[in-house]
Amino acid sequence: MTETNRYDAIIVGGGHNGLVNGAYLAKAGLKTLILEQRHLVGGAAITEELHPGFSFTTFSYALSLIRPEVIRELELTKYGFNPIYMPTSFSPMENGDYLLLGPDRDENIREIMRHSPRDADAMDRYEHDVGRVLQLMYPLFDRVPPNIFGKTPEDAQDVAWLLGHLGSAEPKVVHDAVRLITGSISDFLDDYFESEVLKGYLAASSTTGTKVGPMSAGSGFVSLMMAMGEHDGHLGSWSFHKGGNGGFTQVLGTAAQAFGAEIKLEAHVDHVITKDGQATGVVLQDGTEYYADIVVSALDPRQTFTKLVDQRELPGDLVEAIDRFQFNGTSAKVNFALDAAPKYPALGDRTDQYRGFVSIAPSIEYLERAYDAAKYGWYSERPYLDTCMQSFLDPDMAPPGKHVMSCFVQYAPYHLKGSDWDTERNNLGDTVQRTIEEFFPGFSDLVLHREVVTPLDIERVVGLSEGNIYAGDFLLPQMYFFRPAPEWSQYRTPIEGYYQCGSGTHPGGCVMGAPARLASQQILKDRAAKA
Amino acid sequence: MVSTTPFHPRLAELNTTQLWTHWAGYLSATQYDIAAKHEYFGVRNAVGFFDASPLYKYEITGRDAERYLGGLLARDIRTCRPGRAQYTIWCDDGGFVLEDGVVFRHSANDFLLTAAEPNLSFLQNQIGSLEVSIEDVSAAYAMLAVQGPRSRAVIAELAPEITDLGYFGHVQAKISGSEVTISRTGFTGDLGYEIRIPADDALAVLDAVMEAGKPHQMRPFGDHALNILRIEAGLPLIGVEFSSSRYAFNEHDRFTPDELGFGWLLKGIDDDTRPFAGRPAILNERATGASRWKTVGLSVDGHAFEQLFYEAGLIPPKDEPPADWETMLYDEHGERAGYATSYTYSPMLQTQVGIARVRPDLATVGTTVHVEQTVNHVYTTVPATVTRMPFFTPERKTSMS
Repeated sequence: MTETNRYDAIIVGGGHNGLVNGAYLAKAGLKTLILEQRHLVGGAAITEELHPGFSFTTFSYALSLIRPEVIRELELTKYGFNPIYMPTSFSPMENGDYLLLGPDRDENIREIMRHSPRDADAMDRYEHDVGRVLQLMYPLFDRVPPNIFGKTPEDAQDVAWLLGHLGSAEPKVVHDAVRLITGSISDFLDDYFESEVLKGYLAASSTTGTKVGPMSAGSGFVSLMMAMGEHDGHLGSWSFHKGGNGGFTQVLGTAAQAFGAEIKLEAHVDHVITKDGQATGVVLQDGTEYYADIVVSALDPRQTFTKLVDQRELPGDLVEAIDRFQFNGTSAKVNFALDAAPKYPALGDRTDQYRGFVSIAPSIEYLERAYDAAKYGWYSERPYLDTCMQSFLDPDMAPPGKHVMSCFVQYAPYHLKGSDWDTERNNLGDTVQRTIEEFFPGFSDLVLHREVVTPLDIERVVGLSEGNIYAGDFLLPQMYFFRPAPEWSQYRTPIEGYYQCGSGTHPGGCVMGAPARLASQQILKDRAAKA
Repeated sequence: MVSTTPFHPRLAELNTTQLWTHWAGYLSATQYDIAAKHEYFGVRNAVGFFDASPLYKYEITGRDAERYLGGLLARDIRTCRPGRAQYTIWCDDGGFVLEDGVVFRHSANDFLLTAAEPNLSFLQNQIGSLEVSIEDVSAAYAMLAVQGPRSRAVIAELAPEITDLGYFGHVQAKISGSEVTISRTGFTGDLGYEIRIPADDALAVLDAVMEAGKPHQMRPFGDHALNILRIEAGLPLIGVEFSSSRYAFNEHDRFTPDELGFGWLLKGIDDDTRPFAGRPAILNERATGASRWKTVGLSVDGHAFEQLFYEAGLIPPKDEPPADWETMLYDEHGERAGYATSYTYSPMLQTQVGIARVRPDLATVGTTVHVEQTVNHVYTTVPATVTRMPFFTPERKTSMS
């Protein structure tokens, strides 16, 4: 055993959570090693120049849920954190009209009135009610979930805190929370709105990354998760990071290194070494061994519990829970290099509508029909598309006058019936392009380059099981004190010294860094208790 | 009646909000876009342009011009070579700051001074027996600030001679057939340039700049965005950070250069060959340690700020524009610590920042002061750390490439 291969902590996976966890541990003075299998850090949050001069956010493409605590505690602004404000949201309609919302409440009301005079005063009520629910949820979001099965006084205290917190809220707020968490977004929106395009716009994020439709129970919950983020304090607002989400993970990598963490690239961990129920290090696929008493998996629960360690070392209940844990990757990405900005006929030469998300979700029915295909093992014929052209806000993303367009695509289930993604990849690209063409005539003529990323590609490249972008579905039975499994939601594992910090732990996926931050607190707490 | 600048016809087309403010008697766009923050990010991530025409401009020429300015300005004008510019201040005999401005040196005896307030009679009254001529050329020129990381590429497209222009350098160039002066100056703390254009040519030059800016997504920015930018850059604004001591009613409204954080401008003050207005008083202030204040940066503890609101049952109102009033500061005992003259949310720093005057004993970087904050209609405070300024200063601001 050489001393150079010995560390205090080893993190498996250099995605954003791995980097955040490594940065916190290094900041606390631990000799920390972060191992990343690819040639760059970032995991699913990377930016690549796939066509000369065009920077593609291959997978993840925007920021919102990144916790303000992470930004502050890791001093990310010092290392280049630069989220760019997105002023607009644009929803094209099937009849050629559109809904264009921006930062000005009164202008938005006028715009909504074009579609429904009745909905003009509904938006304030809706946003206020959802805001109250978010307020109730935040304290749950930013702390370790209580172990409701635990028997220690500390566990009892945590549970008492939770009950006290929920009990202190107004009944209406608790009721709204339960309606959102357990119900469908469609039902919830119907209480406020009648405009189809407005409901489509508001419902679109309720299915992101999860195999539910807007009429499914559970879509309200996803919608709530997506609204938990912020940009500069505006709840539910999103931003582009300078240089894409890869720009963001580069900042994280720089910060982690500045705190003293060591990052090794192209270091593919084969498995965690254990001895007498205690983690002692890792072995790379090339046979290199690194040793540490703390090993942290930033990978998803399937990898953490069934690939990196021998499941015979784990309790049967846990293995079974992980077997049942739903991945159900259901999202794809299609990224375009464009020769010029697309035109929306109703807006002539205007391009100011492209300064934020362009959402192809003209109605709840459109979304639900897109979902139908996924239920039966196929991809949507007319998919829901969450698109954005980051180059409108960050000219460094594309050459002058040209643009990159990132399209998040749903639904594209990992498991196809009667075919496979290697066969269907190009067809999916065509389907997406055809759908965009339908709303933006002439779009196809602008395409210089196209990259299609299927759930299979996400799994192959990034390692996320079944291409699930959250490292496990946002379904109620696998959230909070059930994420990823009952009794194991507090970042520890049955193997001593072996921890989990990825998106498969509370509070979950998206680029938020919260799981890694909370995991680092547990790790440091345990270490202090041992010392 | 309010005047319009030579750029106005074009700016009026661009101002989709129709929001204007009055600046020095001119219409000046508050914001062009419904989101001032979009304009702000235009400058920090790409390039934006701002109409700075309302600034007063004085041509100062003649055999004794350098001697004249040497006796007037607190910063040593002799260190400003032709082709260079200086940010500068001038003081009264009591060593209190009157105003600030930028002085451009075109040749040995040819200067141009910009100022936010009218100064012609004041400047002329200081001539005495010197051979100096001062002319108000304020209306003769339009001023266009082009600011942001892409500004060099935009201007170089029209005037390649700026490629090697150093920070606070300036050069004569031709844009659209017009003789212009381009300086590497600005009020945003970023890479940026200002173009001084004969008024009659203003629109033609603006059109050329806009055309060159198109591939870089250049957009106009107004007063709101500028204010956030300049606070992040730690740049003082007359009328906000201080007012001319000439109009102070008492000692609370006049400040010395050291109190305003302008000490760095006084390099060489010990050199007796340059007696300038206020020098003896400033030397005395330094000798006796009589400064009442120090100017520092403030950075609010973001976590404490959020908790303050969450615990009060509110959602933290983070993204607030610059406050129009002074914000009071307290020390750990609740005693008066000073006050922030500018206070805003900084999108780059992701927290509230302020330009503040504090008691000298609290001016050490890292000191905690408590910033007045209203929550649920009750005054409370939030902790902030004393920091250096500028808050945001990218390498590109001064770098040569």
